[in-house]
Amino acid sequence: MPVNLRIVQGLQEAAEILAGDRAAQMLGGGTLLVRAINEGAMTEGTLLRTVDPVLLAINAGGARVELGAGVTMAMVLASRDLSYLHAPARGIGGPAVRTTATIGGNLFAATPYGDFTTALLALDAVVTLHAGFGGARAMPLEEMLANRARGGVGLVASVGFNRPAGADAFRFLKVARVRPKGISVLSIAVHLPQNAGRISGVRIAYGAMGPTPLRAKAVERVLEGRSLDAATIAAAKTAALEGTQPATDAIASEWYRREVLPVHLGRLLAGETS
Amino acid sequence: MARMPVQFRLNGTDRAVFVEPVETLLGTIRRGLGDFAPKFGCGQGTCGACTVLVDGEPRLGCLTLSVTCEGRSIETASGLADGPTLHPLQAAFMEHFAAQCGFCTPGMLMAAKALLDRNPDPTRVEVVEAIAGNICRCTGYEPIINAILAAAQQRGARRA
Ligand SMILES: Cc1cc2nc3c(=O)[nH]c(=O)nc-3n(C[C@H](O)[C@H](O)[C@H](O)COP(=O)(O)OP(=O)(O)OC[C@H]3O[C@@H](n4cnc5c(N)ncnc54)[C@H](O)[C@@H]3O)c2cc1C
Ligand code: FES
Ligand code: FES
Repeated sequence: MPVNLRIVQGLQEAAEILAGDRAAQMLGGGTLLVRAINEGAMTEGTLLRTVDPVLLAINAGGARVELGAGVTMAMVLASRDLSYLHAPARGIGGPAVRTTATIGGNLFAATPYGDFTTALLALDAVVTLHAGFGGARAMPLEEMLANRARGGVGLVASVGFNRPAGADAFRFLKVARVRPKGISVLSIAVHLPQNAGRISGVRIAYGAMGPTPLRAKAVERVLEGRSLDAATIAAAKTAALEGTQPATDAIASEWYRREVLPVHLGRLLAGETS
Repeated sequence: MARMPVQFRLNGTDRAVFVEPVETLLGTIRRGLGDFAPKFGCGQGTCGACTVLVDGEPRLGCLTLSVTCEGRSIETASGLADGPTLHPLQAAFMEHFAAQCGFCTPGMLMAAKALLDRNPDPTRVEVVEAIAGNICRCTGYEPIINAILAAAQQRGARRA
């Protein structure tokens, strides 16, 4: 049976179909799903499309930010309130991909994709899920990513996080060999709030350094409570590879990713890249 | 599987078609509606030969499902010229030798139109960004970038 498309009204209905049919998948922008169909990698199953306005909502003016899963990278780039997320959004494909690629789809994109998700992980994002018949519930993004491989995560309605502490507190770097558009060798997102000269509540996330975007918890432990000086940055670089599990693919070898990660992390912490 | 009805505007004309549930916009425009300007290059989103505008935004026809375009306005390179008068971008592409085999050209033109409609006076870097998703295997890009900048200048001169 070829791939089918079902148009459903609301999120809950879509979630119930997802729960009952393992061959059903949400359709975001379709940059990965339609490509899979074109390539013959997806030959059966059901795509679920819903035009529930919740998916397109952007609430970014206040301290707590909430973005619908159907918000595209182009919509993020059009929002001045979301300027700290422009670098990760701009890193995804060319302009015609960005008008289509959604935040929700990025949460499920296989490595080395997932650059926007890496940024969300460093913002300690929480996803609102509709799984089965139980209504909506919140789950830390980190936990959702850990569950992703098993499948059955359900429908992501939105992501929420606190606006970063200040203009310089959130930094993002995508390392690619083709510019301005290339798939990641790796990406790094850093949220570095400081309190009286000391780092407080730091979050670091890597993209393309494991099966999903992941937190660099060893680096976070090194940085927490210290001032951001040369010695701290050197210690962070030493801890940079702990917990990583990069793959070898067409973009870079596992060895290369390990070699360059500490260098780029050091530069990002030192503010030597933009 | 039941075909689905879709209505949209294509280059200013209302069109109604029946499409397969997961038919791409590129397939509908080419096979269903006989507009062969957008090209099928890769079907993977990497070449940009299928670029069209949907409500003024650049989109990849090969990755966009037709059913998601209900009620939208679609533009392809076929709609650029006004009768025998070429669009400034088409004229500049000719003038600056920005096409050789021409396979990438309809996609390049639409990516460039999306830029100039939004930003009539782009920098060279902005032009490069705008066509970053479009591959050309012939020209080496410089003539294309020069043509887009020249078209912008010419449009600016006409407005002044
Ligand atoms: C040329 C090209 C370049 C690209 N470059 C990059 C890049 O540099 N970095 C990068 O990260 N990605 C890149 N991508 C991959 C992709 O475009 C993005 O990851 C995008 O964000 C995926 O979103 P989508 O809406 O298109 O996903 P879709 O194809 O619609 O869906 C992808 C997966 O997510 C699931 N899904 C979507 N929405 C939801 C939801 N609300 N709830 C539950 N599941 C959902 C789908 O069921 C599917 O399994 C690129 C793709 C192309 C074609
Ligand atoms: S055919 Fe659509 S990007 Fe190549
Ligand atoms: S002119 Fe031949 S691919 Fe661009």
